[in-house]
Amino acid sequence: MAIAERPPPTEAVTPRLSLWRLVWPARVPGRFRRTARVPWIPIAIIVVIVIMAVFAPLLAPYSPIDQTLRDKLLPPAWMAGGSDKYFLGTDAFGRDILSRLIYGARVSLLVALLALTAGGGVGLAVGIVAGYVGGAVDSILMRLVDAAFTFPAILFALLLAVTMGQGFGTLVIAISLLLWASFARVIRGEVLSLRQRDFVALARVRGCSALRIMVTHILPNVLNTFMVLVTLNIGVVIIAEATLSFLGAGIPPPTPTWGLMISEGRGRIAEAWWVALIPGIAITLMVLSVNLFGDWMRDRLDPRLRQL
Amino acid sequence: MKPDMRGETVLEVRDLHTHFFLRRGVVKAVDGVSFSLRRGEVLGLVGESGCGKSLTALSLMRLLPKGGAQTIKGEVLLNGENILKRTPAEMREIRGRRISMVLQDPQTSLNPVFSIGDQLREAIERRKRAPNVEVMKEAVAALRRVDIAAPEQRIGQYPHQLSGGMKQRVVGAIAISGEPGVLIADEPTTALDVTIQLQYLKLLKRLQAETGMAILFITHDFGVVGRMCDRVAVMYAGRIVECGPVRQIFEAPQHPYTRALIASVPKMTGPVGRLTTIEGQPPSLMDLPVGCRFASRCPLVEQRCLDAYPAEVRVGDAHTADCWKVTPA
Amino acid sequence: MKRYIARRLMQGVILLFMVATIVFFLGRLTGNPVDLMLPEDATAEDRAALTQTLGLDGPILDQYAIFVGKAMHGDLGMSIRMKQPAAEAFFDRLPNTLVLIPWAILLGMILGIPLGVVAAVNRGGMLDRAAGTVAVLGVAMPSFWLGVLLIFVFSVELGWLPSGRMGGPSHYILPVITLGTFLVAGFMRITRSAMLEVMESEFVKLARIKGLSEATVIWKHCLRNALIPVLTLWGVFVGNLITGAIVTETVFAWPGIGRLTYEAVIYRDFPLLQAVIILKSILILSINLGVDILYAYVDPRIRLA
Repeated sequence: MAIAERPPPTEAVTPRLSLWRLVWPARVPGRFRRTARVPWIPIAIIVVIVIMAVFAPLLAPYSPIDQTLRDKLLPPAWMAGGSDKYFLGTDAFGRDILSRLIYGARVSLLVALLALTAGGGVGLAVGIVAGYVGGAVDSILMRLVDAAFTFPAILFALLLAVTMGQGFGTLVIAISLLLWASFARVIRGEVLSLRQRDFVALARVRGCSALRIMVTHILPNVLNTFMVLVTLNIGVVIIAEATLSFLGAGIPPPTPTWGLMISEGRGRIAEAWWVALIPGIAITLMVLSVNLFGDWMRDRLDPRLRQL
Repeated sequence: MKPDMRGETVLEVRDLHTHFFLRRGVVKAVDGVSFSLRRGEVLGLVGESGCGKSLTALSLMRLLPKGGAQTIKGEVLLNGENILKRTPAEMREIRGRRISMVLQDPQTSLNPVFSIGDQLREAIERRKRAPNVEVMKEAVAALRRVDIAAPEQRIGQYPHQLSGGMKQRVVGAIAISGEPGVLIADEPTTALDVTIQLQYLKLLKRLQAETGMAILFITHDFGVVGRMCDRVAVMYAGRIVECGPVRQIFEAPQHPYTRALIASVPKMTGPVGRLTTIEGQPPSLMDLPVGCRFASRCPLVEQRCLDAYPAEVRVGDAHTADCWKVTPA
Repeated sequence: MKRYIARRLMQGVILLFMVATIVFFLGRLTGNPVDLMLPEDATAEDRAALTQTLGLDGPILDQYAIFVGKAMHGDLGMSIRMKQPAAEAFFDRLPNTLVLIPWAILLGMILGIPLGVVAAVNRGGMLDRAAGTVAVLGVAMPSFWLGVLLIFVFSVELGWLPSGRMGGPSHYILPVITLGTFLVAGFMRITRSAMLEVMESEFVKLARIKGLSEATVIWKHCLRNALIPVLTLWGVFVGNLITGAIVTETVFAWPGIGRLTYEAVIYRDFPLLQAVIILKSILILSINLGVDILYAYVDPRIRLA
């Protein structure tokens, strides 16, 4: 706050449009303002990964599960001993890392999508009901939310894997459990303030049932917040899926998921670091991009959520 | 008031300009303010909200808020030396010791996680380095001086345990711990209960009599001005429009704005009529007119008021007003 | 204050019951709880014996009563793989994990809090963005991958540090870094936003009026206030750490409760997993309660209320 001995500001110098700016959209005055504000690189990365996931069968050079033991543990193409046949090398079973990576994207994104829909959906519903109905229902639901917050859901996910068996469904349910509480809490807050608004009172005067009000009036108004929450949580889901796969509670082999690949490659880290480390780079890039993108979306759509 | 203490000018502000440089324009919050303050006197700085009074005070302390505010012109002579030219480090030395400030809201002025004693100690230690026991004794004495009962207990207490009036006294104690020559009081009673206000003003007066410090008393309340101040400067839209001894200004205000202000103070005696207000709004500080800034609301307005900013006219003994329509003394 | 503690204790107990109940039902849900709780080579007699003790052929509420009764006595079942009471296995390994956690928190705080202060003071500037990048990176990297990466760099390639197992100080370094990294981001983020809020306060202005140095204003006056919300996060963080330990201990072959959890999952050792979950819940709840009490103590407004 102390004033410095600086002269009055002159015209702002147009900043260099550096790579840095593409990642971190900044307060850039002048003609770059519109475009520099958008985080292009993260968006590009997300698009690439989505394309990988969707078009996996077309893009992957090999099948992700075929084993060619003859070619096992080959380094990536740019290293000594690598070959152009397997761009990112092979794992202990001779499976092409690149292909597994591409198919792994598919699994990760699919799980993420389903878990976000399920967990987010439940959270949305709980939030709306708790916020709108209030009273005892609200108290009970919020106690549940508090419990969910206090207690780490990963453990439940593991328990589910053991009791219900590993598999796609179990994984999706488990990850949904992670999400619903935070969605519920935020949405409830939104609904509490919406509830006071005039259009709700009008609807009640018109004789609309509570259910109808919640669906036709409240729901559309919280969708904005919901979308932001979704984008902010994609990263969480991806890491959760990877972690569960790593711990052996995810989708069983031989289906490639990035977490599983790291787990499998761990034992051979000394001779073949690429097996374990490359999938991690993919995860990190994906989550980083999604988080940066999510932050940007949140700033554009609903800056009030900044404290999350 | 010891007669030999009065007289010496301790603070002189010359043509102070503090502007906010925003994206959409420049807000000329303080736009050519000049006044002087003498030892032992209380100068009131009066004006509506937003006229630039608080910002003037902050400019003097060189504590402008971050985000575009700059003092770009003028001089602030504290005991003869221009403090606007000092480095931040030197300024820190000056603050608290030679010039100090009391803020408006006692609820937020004190740090909630430190005890009263700790906060006083910080101020006292700037004046003397002494073992803790001695500093604490001084702190207790300081609290006693501002009329806080049971000061030994209060030392260990936290701000939330004190009432608003008491907190403001503590803030006062902190402000004078460094024995400053100039105290800026930025609306110190505005947030206090009316019953407490009078006590606080008396306290300030008493402290001033004891220390001989000069007080710049900022307020929007003319009633308080009458009680506290020896001289008063009336501020409007970033400039001082009239300045003079309190009695003269109350009895014969010269500038139309001053007149309107005084007329709008509800009188507690006499028949009850309609409350007088001043029509219109102050001009936007981003878009100031060329001529007199009060012109759009002035009952005496004529063409020359719109054409050029009025010159400063001496209308009495140490009494000036910036208006084309006043008669010089 | 005492009432506050009592209330939080009650809440904790209720939560614990909820958790235990859910765990119980999950175990019974899957149709064949006996198989879940016995090794594959169990004889028919073993099966019958277990069914008897747990009342598995009776009504579900009776089973629940038995379950709770046994739990109160500390009997949380027998680990299939380790042939040891599950609770015993847990407590044997608990100290090993407890020893890692404070270091991880320390790391998070030592790196995260100053980063947060620097980011807040330099808001919008290069340092703020740099600190922010560090934070985001910390969260984006899966901790198990970080662990493997660290092992690769420091153990395999450089040979400076051991790649696992418990041991002397050098064994602690990599696991603590792995466990604490995501905390750095968390601490940085809250410290930054807390500081930004505190820096606007009037008492900060007063501190400057007193003529205190900028460093004193920021690090003493602002930070002390900003730390209050930071402390509340400790509770959340500890929960995250205990689950994070699962992965970290697995990667570094560290014999703690995290690795125990992993083993329970891999070997489908349901009784062990059940016990681990319940005991971990107790652990987390206790720590949360402790943090809340600490928080109430640190903020004089609550302490003296």
